[in-house]
Amino acid sequence: MSRIIATGLCFRQWGPIDLDVGPGECVAVMGPSGAGKTLLLRALVDLDPHEGDVRLNDIPCDETPPHQWRRWVGMLPAESAWWADTVGEHVAPDVDFGGYGFVPDVRSWEVSRLSTGEKQRLALARLLSRKPRCLLLDEPTASLDPDSVERIEKLLEAYRLEHDAPVLWVSHDRAQASRVASRVLTFDNGQLEESR
Amino acid sequence: MISLTPLDLVLAATLLVALATVSYLSQLGIHKQLLVASVRTTVQLLLVGVVLRALFATSHIGWVALVGLVMLVVAGREVLARQRRGLAGLWGFSVGALSMFVSSFSVAVFALLLVIDAAPWYQPQYAIPLLGMLLGNTMNGVALGMGRLTEASHQERGTIEGRLLLGQTRVEATSHLRLDAIRTGMVPIMNAMAAAGIVSLPGMMTGQILAGSPPVEAIKYQILIMFLIASGTGFGVVVSVGLTARRLFDERERLRLDRLR
Repeated sequence: MSRIIATGLCFRQWGPIDLDVGPGECVAVMGPSGAGKTLLLRALVDLDPHEGDVRLNDIPCDETPPHQWRRWVGMLPAESAWWADTVGEHVAPDVDFGGYGFVPDVRSWEVSRLSTGEKQRLALARLLSRKPRCLLLDEPTASLDPDSVERIEKLLEAYRLEHDAPVLWVSHDRAQASRVASRVLTFDNGQLEESR
Repeated sequence: MISLTPLDLVLAATLLVALATVSYLSQLGIHKQLLVASVRTTVQLLLVGVVLRALFATSHIGWVALVGLVMLVVAGREVLARQRRGLAGLWGFSVGALSMFVSSFSVAVFALLLVIDAAPWYQPQYAIPLLGMLLGNTMNGVALGMGRLTEASHQERGTIEGRLLLGQTRVEATSHLRLDAIRTGMVPIMNAMAAAGIVSLPGMMTGQILAGSPPVEAIKYQILIMFLIASGTGFGVVVSVGLTARRLFDERERLRLDRLR
């Protein structure tokens, strides 16, 4: 049961923004490219300097050690980061990829040979294995085939329902936004507005 | 010891003139640089000769310290100049100079006090060449290490931030880059130690032998210098890479590439 609340959030030239995503709620954010949707997520996860108040379960971001904050507020970037050669080196030894449609052998796979879809699913598995209390997703299914899109949407929904986690989902696909989210917001000109 | 006359040096200079002529005729385009560099070497070394002669004559610790400080400042500027993307502002200079100060000076003082044991310990005949060799090599390593780290941080921003997003600390998120930078900074001295005596005869030892020292004496000094340089470079690189990595993040563990030039 978690709730993320931003009040008067400002970053770069944008804001102030108020945002409230409750337990188990999925809110989609749409908007023209270059409008700063990614920057909004980066500010929420405290990866960019920002002003205003962001709280998770009433705990202010400013008073939480930054790495602890980012463990609670899990952000899936549009492009996942891989720094070692094999998949297994990127996750704790007890993480199970079975639920994500991989054979146990996946740990020894070379990162350089993964497809875009596999990478994204593994990145999601890696993020969710750290049990974030809240999810920020930056176009998690961009450039994936329809099969992978469906899989990822299902995995995310399962996690959200199981952990009652608030989810903020940046998407450019209107159909997807209304499919996965109960509310759709538009981010444009530095303002976040309820879409009609 | 066979003393060199100015004529001997002129003879050696004719080789450079010959090379410059070849460069000019075959349009290699290095003759100008070559001549400028030769003149610089001559003038700089002659000036140093004058300074060293005066310094050896006074032997006052204040003068030795002043010369050491000038060397440090010049080395700090050189470290900055050799990096394509150093830390912006005073940091680029300070981090380099501080790490060289910490490593080169402490190793030099260690060697002067405990190993060479001259009287007084700061006797410029030992202190200045030792510090010069330490600074020169540490400078090389520090510039390589810092340059590597800043360049890699710039290129691998996505990876570093991806690791931060997984809840890693700034130390964890840059571990692979810091290791790589430290190794890079250590490569020249490691190679020099591995090849010493077999492929190359180190310059200092060669000079001593040419000047008439018994080979074994020269070699003992060379081994000492190698050890000092390796440890000085190692500490210098570790400190400079650590400080640079620290400066690349702010108090909220955000990667701040705007702090690079």
